[in-house]
Amino acid sequence: MANHVIAENYVDFYKEKGKHTGLGAWLLTTDHKRIGIMYLVAIVTFFLVGATLGFLMRLEMLSRGRTIMDPQTYNSLFTLHGLIMIFLFIIPGIPGVFGNFFLPIMLGAKDVAFPRLNLLSWYLYISGGLFAVVSVFLKGGPIDTGWTFYVPYSIRTGTDVSWMILAAFILGLSSIITGLNFITTIHRLRAPGMGWFKMPLFAWALYATAWIQLIATPVVGITLALVAVERLIGIGLFDPSLGGDPILYQHLFWIYAHPAVYIMILPAMGVVSEIIPTFAHRTIFGYKAIAISSLAIAFVGYFVWGHHMFSSGMSDTARWIFSLTTFLVALPSGVKVFNWVATLYKGSIELGTPLLFCMAFIFLFSIGGLTGLVLGALATDIHLTDTYFVVAHFHFVVFGGGGFIFFGALHYWFPKMFGKTYNEKVSKAALGTMVIGFMLLYFTMFILGYEGMPRRYYDYLPQFATLHIVATVGSWILVGGILVMIGNLLVALKKGKKASMNPWGGRTLEWTVPSPPPVENFEEIPVITHGPYDYEYNINGDSDKMEENYH
Amino acid sequence: MLLADATNYVKDVDNVMIYIVTISVIMLLGVTFTMIYFVIKYNRKKNPKGANIQGNLWLEIIWVAIPTILVLTMFYYGFSSFTILRRVPKDAMVIKVTGQMWKWSFAYPNGKKYDTLYVPQNKSIKLEMNSVDVNHSFYIPAFRIKEDVVPGRTDYLVFNAQQQGKYDVECAEYCGMHHAYMLNKVIVLPQDEFQKWVNTPAPPAAKNESPAAGNASKTQTGGQQGQKGQ
Ligand code: HEM
Ligand SMILES: [Cu+2]
Repeated sequence: MANHVIAENYVDFYKEKGKHTGLGAWLLTTDHKRIGIMYLVAIVTFFLVGATLGFLMRLEMLSRGRTIMDPQTYNSLFTLHGLIMIFLFIIPGIPGVFGNFFLPIMLGAKDVAFPRLNLLSWYLYISGGLFAVVSVFLKGGPIDTGWTFYVPYSIRTGTDVSWMILAAFILGLSSIITGLNFITTIHRLRAPGMGWFKMPLFAWALYATAWIQLIATPVVGITLALVAVERLIGIGLFDPSLGGDPILYQHLFWIYAHPAVYIMILPAMGVVSEIIPTFAHRTIFGYKAIAISSLAIAFVGYFVWGHHMFSSGMSDTARWIFSLTTFLVALPSGVKVFNWVATLYKGSIELGTPLLFCMAFIFLFSIGGLTGLVLGALATDIHLTDTYFVVAHFHFVVFGGGGFIFFGALHYWFPKMFGKTYNEKVSKAALGTMVIGFMLLYFTMFILGYEGMPRRYYDYLPQFATLHIVATVGSWILVGGILVMIGNLLVALKKGKKASMNPWGGRTLEWTVPSPPPVENFEEIPVITHGPYDYEYNINGDSDKMEENYH
Repeated sequence: MLLADATNYVKDVDNVMIYIVTISVIMLLGVTFTMIYFVIKYNRKKNPKGANIQGNLWLEIIWVAIPTILVLTMFYYGFSSFTILRRVPKDAMVIKVTGQMWKWSFAYPNGKKYDTLYVPQNKSIKLEMNSVDVNHSFYIPAFRIKEDVVPGRTDYLVFNAQQQGKYDVECAEYCGMHHAYMLNKVIVLPQDEFQKWVNTPAPPAAKNESPAAGNASKTQTGGQQGQKGQ
């Protein structure tokens, strides 16, 4: 299997001459790696736009009353920020970039099952993104409904809701197609000998995610389309003045949007399950428990949507049932955390940047998950729902969890994707700065929430002033850290030393091909005889460390 | 303030909070310090070869079973406190609340209408809440209670204020441009003072603020095209 002979004389996928050249080599490609890189560029761009909006909102909250913008602008900013971060950054993030680039390689395949469909998903993603951007500049002005599009407000507002709904609809299509493609790839294209339980855990996580994408996304597509129809011709499905039911809308929205939270976090959990064994240089603890807990999360995750609606006027029966299921869905996530920590036991641990990202993840995600218990309990949720407590909770989960691991994955696979190494001192310093800024920004929000600061508020009562100032200062530190992190990687792209085939000593298949990989990944399709994290079995890949390469 | 006694319900909520947070902090510190300890102890320099431990069934069972028990107790505790909130005492005084962009108004059993919520001390109050336009949510942080106010239906909240004083009311469900200014106060008066207050007719200015007058119809006609942001 170790065909490192090809490492010397081969053409990597960037240099390979295909049918098209120049920009066409990218825009018309069906190579999963190029598509992954195209997602990377688009997704990081949207992340930076979203982060800028978040930064501006925090600037507005620095003082009471007007600081830099009017209320209508603030309302549009949190709406756009939420929509961009959810639909354009975190949902497509890890599957679009790292799923595309690495799933086929980790399975020992040459590409995904449907390479052309894969390119179509990217185009749909870009079109959805463009529609979203265009809607901001149309006559009605930027949408101001919050990312949840709650009726009846979304039916009554004069802003351009329908365009944004169209954008979300198209993005949903892209997500469905990616899910379909990954499911088929995993079923059909595993290398000979790779049984289900010899598959890397990242593939398991993408598999569970893909099923949610495939089954849950159509629900939101239809629901949002109905909102647009309601706006256009007033069919009276959701609008109470026409006999419709606003609570029905909330059910339909969360039937998608809660499982979607697992679309955001499961792939990140998959990445963590790859990074930890690599840096502990030992096999993962509880492989099957981690794999199966992904499926359990995906499954139970369908039955908890009502916890977003504990104060919305649902029946008391519905309230306690959803509270119970919510507590149950916490268990498989706990199982994962315990197994990750146990994987460090008696390892031989190299404290590289990607591992530090995982440690930050475990800490921040645990806070997010544990505060989720507070929100799952009825008595406390009634007090805290729709306050800053919730804003803090979901930033800890989706940003401290999913977002941090998006960048952790980038640092893990950067040498493989670009064949370059980056400065680890700078990346570690950037990460530390981000964690400090993050805690100042969002931990304060837990306290603000308990004291009664509602979310989506342009202004606040005097008793909240001090903590709002702390949070805003935190946002400066956080954004500073993000910029240093990205700057460091850009410098590495230009000036980084050449990366070896296996800089971290990983055991999964992507570390057996050159960095960057050749077009069809493998010279010959590998035959799998052992588990994915088998450190007893010695692959012949060079496991010299990145550190040594750099200095 | 944690465990304040603005109403008899506050302690119930705060105790659930303290229970869950205590367990959570223990778990968080446990996980974090174990992780850091392992990373230091099993550093590559000190421990050049990792042990290949595949897993341990007993450990898996333990760390499913114990958290299951813990979360079930949290569920039960949260649920049983919440049922107190939904119980409407027979002698509760009903005050009708109307939410509209972007203010609250209140109607008392004797017909008095006012734009600030006055309530008697030590008396169960049931708020019956309607919205004339979009979703709102009636939130009294000091009492730890909120409930959405959704057009087309009547939602309710129950509380019994123990202490005289003034407490903030906020709209907690986003409702458009001036959502952040949809604020109000609950003013808790001793019973006799409240009786005096409720039996004095509201001054004309305040009366005009009440929803039965001009505003409701204004919002009706505002209807379809809605409140376009400026
Ligand atoms: C630089 C980083 C970020 C900053 C400074 C930031 C800041 C904020 C602020 C100030 C709000 C509005 C709070 C309110 O008024 O209710 C907000 C809302 C939100 N943020 Fe972030 N955020 C950041 C990153 C992220 C990330 C990475 C995600 C998702 C992956 C995210 C998802 C959301 C969502 C979904 C909302 C709710 C929007 C709504 O209420 O409709 N944010 N954020
Ligand atoms: Cu409101």
